[in-house]
Amino acid sequence: MTSHLLSWITFTPLIGAFVLLCLPKRAHDWIRWIALATTAITAGLVCLAFPLFRASESGFQLVERAMWIPQFNIQYLLGMDGISFPMVFLTALISIMACLGSLAHIRVKGGREKEYYFLFLLLETGIMGTFLALDLFLFYIFWEVVLVPMYFLIGIWGGPRKEYAAIKFFLYTLAGSLFMLLGILAVYFGSEPRTFDMTLLASMKYGLVFQKIVFLAFFLGFAIKVPIFPFHTWLPDAHVEAPTPISVILAGVLLKMGTYGFLRFSYPLFPDAARWFQPAMGVLAVIGIIYGGFVALAQTDFKKMVAYSSVSHMGFVLLGLAAMNADGFRGALLQMFSHGTITGGLFLLVGVLYDRAHTRDLNDFGGLGEKMPVYAGILIFFSLASLGLPGLSGFVSEFLTLLGSFQYSKLMTGLAAIGILLAATYLLYMIQRILLGKLNPKWSSLPDINYLELSTLVPLMIFILGIGLYPKIILDYMIPTLDGLLKTMGGAV
Amino acid sequence: MVTADRIFLIPLLPFAAFVVNILFGARFLKHRAAWLSILTSIAACVIALPVCFEVFGGARFANDFAWLRINDGVLRFGYLVDPLSASLLFMVVIVGTLIQIYASGYMQGDPRYSRFFAYVSLFMSAMLTLVISNNFILFFMAWEIMGLCSYLLIGFYFQKESAAKACFKAFLTTRLGDVGFLIGVLMLFLALGTFDFSEINRALALGDHGALPLSFLATSAIFIFCGTIGKSAQFPLHVWLPDAMEGPTPVSALIHAATMVAAGVFLVARSFTIFMAVPETMPVVTTIGCITAFMAAFIALTQTDIKRILAYSTISQLGYMVTALGMQGLGAGTFHLITHAFFKALLFLGAGSVIHGTHVQDIRQMGGLFKKMPHTAVTFIIASLALAGVPPLSGFWSKDEILLTAFASGHTLVFWILLLTAFMTAFYMFRLVFITFFGKARDPHVHAHESPAVMTLPLWGLVLGAVLLGIPGSPLMHHWFQQFLAHAIHHPEYHPSAFVMTCSVIAAVGGITLAGIIYMKNTHWAESIAKRFRPLYRLSFNKFYLDEIYSKFIIRPFTALGEVLYRFDAKVIDGSVNGVGAGAMWLGAVKNWIDKYIVDGLVNFMGTLTCFLNSIVKRLQTGFVQNYLLIAFLGFLAFIIWELKLV
Repeated sequence: MTSHLLSWITFTPLIGAFVLLCLPKRAHDWIRWIALATTAITAGLVCLAFPLFRASESGFQLVERAMWIPQFNIQYLLGMDGISFPMVFLTALISIMACLGSLAHIRVKGGREKEYYFLFLLLETGIMGTFLALDLFLFYIFWEVVLVPMYFLIGIWGGPRKEYAAIKFFLYTLAGSLFMLLGILAVYFGSEPRTFDMTLLASMKYGLVFQKIVFLAFFLGFAIKVPIFPFHTWLPDAHVEAPTPISVILAGVLLKMGTYGFLRFSYPLFPDAARWFQPAMGVLAVIGIIYGGFVALAQTDFKKMVAYSSVSHMGFVLLGLAAMNADGFRGALLQMFSHGTITGGLFLLVGVLYDRAHTRDLNDFGGLGEKMPVYAGILIFFSLASLGLPGLSGFVSEFLTLLGSFQYSKLMTGLAAIGILLAATYLLYMIQRILLGKLNPKWSSLPDINYLELSTLVPLMIFILGIGLYPKIILDYMIPTLDGLLKTMGGAV
Repeated sequence: MVTADRIFLIPLLPFAAFVVNILFGARFLKHRAAWLSILTSIAACVIALPVCFEVFGGARFANDFAWLRINDGVLRFGYLVDPLSASLLFMVVIVGTLIQIYASGYMQGDPRYSRFFAYVSLFMSAMLTLVISNNFILFFMAWEIMGLCSYLLIGFYFQKESAAKACFKAFLTTRLGDVGFLIGVLMLFLALGTFDFSEINRALALGDHGALPLSFLATSAIFIFCGTIGKSAQFPLHVWLPDAMEGPTPVSALIHAATMVAAGVFLVARSFTIFMAVPETMPVVTTIGCITAFMAAFIALTQTDIKRILAYSTISQLGYMVTALGMQGLGAGTFHLITHAFFKALLFLGAGSVIHGTHVQDIRQMGGLFKKMPHTAVTFIIASLALAGVPPLSGFWSKDEILLTAFASGHTLVFWILLLTAFMTAFYMFRLVFITFFGKARDPHVHAHESPAVMTLPLWGLVLGAVLLGIPGSPLMHHWFQQFLAHAIHHPEYHPSAFVMTCSVIAAVGGITLAGIIYMKNTHWAESIAKRFRPLYRLSFNKFYLDEIYSKFIIRPFTALGEVLYRFDAKVIDGSVNGVGAGAMWLGAVKNWIDKYIVDGLVNFMGTLTCFLNSIVKRLQTGFVQNYLLIAFLGFLAFIIWELKLV
């Protein structure tokens, strides 16, 4: 199994999905447990990679290579390095949590569990493949595979405006990825001999004009996914309408595909263009941070607030990428991981409250701290993590990002610091409106968080706390690869 | 590899208490939660005090481990126990332990008793980490965790709307300063390439300012000072501290009087070499401190809530310390920090005891409590005397040091402002004392009783500190403390001045006497004075209207901007996305029309045309041979005519 570990990681969810298809529709318990077991086995496989993966090396490991369509020199090529490993691990982790979260949620939603879990597992395969594929053609296929189940998951199991949100999400992302496809084809026809193999493509030199055009094409594809201002408006709609577990996947993992794309393809393939666009990226990052923060502040819908906070926090990732130095890259990649755990947790918490109160209007709550003390404690924990409290992972990543961006631009860093302040404002304001003050008598019978819900949150908390207290563990996996990337881009480490 | 040693345990023990209390406190420990917190705190004492005394004897402890790789270097976390941190460590463990013992009595019967002690233990852990931290990042982390504890404890009675608002305000206001602090630290790193206190001191001692100009370092120092402005409640960010009094009183004593708010002053002391390297930043520090000291004392004159008076007094005294540091008085400022911690904690605990015994906080409802609460009253008066600066109590010596620094270093204006502040301090404290403990009981509904021994004993413990701790820094011991603290840093020394001491004593005694005259003898004077100086009175009573100004000019525009941007997002950005969608739909409709009526129309037209032509031509196809022959004949005839050119 270890000889084709990455394939197993990628396709185990798909196998699970097909097992589900063979089950009768009414075998609800079987469906649930097989889905959960599949995500768990996938996570177990990811854990198997730990002893095999040599953290101190840069470059791809556990590579699997096979010719797929020889006429066009398209390969089946998977590989893992210090950039994709954390993302794969995050995907496995978030998938389990989201699956656990689905257990209660989808039952309430009125069934069709078989279809739900089938799509869910298909989605996981798509994401894993996106993070592991090293052949641009293969990458594109996985990238698009993600879209389809997501479309149905939002469109079928979503909220009142689910159709609108699903179509918007689908078309918007598709529009972006078409530009990316053009970019991929341009790279293919620009290479000699023609190849989609990204390890070979990275060693080729392109002219600056060509680089700039193709960089832009990729940028559109990735920017919409991240999302970068002003391409972000699909996000609040998709988040608000998606069922809780899908929001968790969306915010926890899917957004990272965009920033991952920058690190994996845009930067190594077009380093000169990346430098040329550096100021623009920085400016967009800062706009995203501040803009997202302000708009989050104005929200009265809990879920929408968290969605806009994602725009702000993903701005930090972009800022770290724009810094193009060691600290910035480390901050960005760590922020990708920690944002996945933190915001995933926040969406779960939104779901916990919504399942009980059937509203997300912040002004409608108040004083729940008295009624739901455990929930209150956990909500405060995740909010603090999100606002970058030291001792939790958000701080380390934001600190490294700022340290990196500071070496690039003091002005941008200063402005980004406003975002930190804004985060504290909208999160604490949310806490004040939900937990503090007098108890709204309407909610006097709300039960506290239950064990199933706790089981989705506690593992995330452990990671947030662990990274916050001793970030060296996870950064040791990331640093060699990131330093290697920086070196190929011609920067000093 | 890190070698574990006992000093790591100092912050870790209270942290363990936090973990146990937060997880199991409510269900299993209940009232025993307090004992866990207190015991770990005592254990921290037992470890820390010998360490402190070794440092007082000349030792120095340091240890660290790699925490994070930054750039091409490594950020190492660990501790540094030097004279400065040892002094604070000494104060924090003792005051912290006494306050927790007191709190175990004060919080008795609270439904969230174990939660309270969990938070307090977390706070102790963070404060101890901050004190012994060896670099700015660990310092900042502990600093922020303290802010969190402050937030949680101010909002401890979160059902109260005012408490919910107060904790929000406290966290945000201090965080404003913290963001500045973080930027300052980043700038410092850029200039010097390290976060480590010892390395910074070493570099600056050698005159190595890094590659960047000195003005960069100066800017960084000012940004770092922002942290102090937020945390130590200096003007203009002091507004959170009075509201923070919504928290339980032991918290006010521990966090908002003795330790956390003093951390801002400690920050300046810790970065003293940086400020010394760029002396042009010093006037900023002095000015902020001086404004704060005076303004807060002025506000305290007219307040009526016992805890708020003490809160403004704390702000004012913190301003004193900051002023001292701004005048390069490292010893004087730190000295006042230590003595103030003891007597101000004592005052707060005394106030807590009064509140516990009377269930009111407004001093106008109190009166004549001396007889009913003798322990509280006596200890409170001793602390007030110390704060007023009456010799030979600790406050006198430390305040005198600051006044002396101002006087001898030529800051004449500062000296007179501080002296006036000292006078006001004595006045408002004894206004409080006379109204609360003397005279007749004013409110018949208040039935006062003395607090239990678990609360009064810590008061007496703190009295020891309030009385005796001035000695090590006084001329009686030849300013041992200042020498000890500053022997590594170049530091101006001043000879004790009889003039300064006389002024200081006159201010203290004068303030007390005036308060006595107004509030004991001629109680109607207070009102007529307030009437005579109405504008001044209102300015003081309404706290210079700063809250209103902030709300109108900062908070409201801020939230309005959020609303505007949200509308922009919904209308313009999302509008254009939807517009593109709608445009595509419209284009689709147009194309559909073109398709239907033009493209398809052309096709259909061709068909129709063919049919039409067909319908004409088909008439020829009659099936009768004669017709065909006729046509053939006519055709032939036409051909012949054409060919023979007959026409």
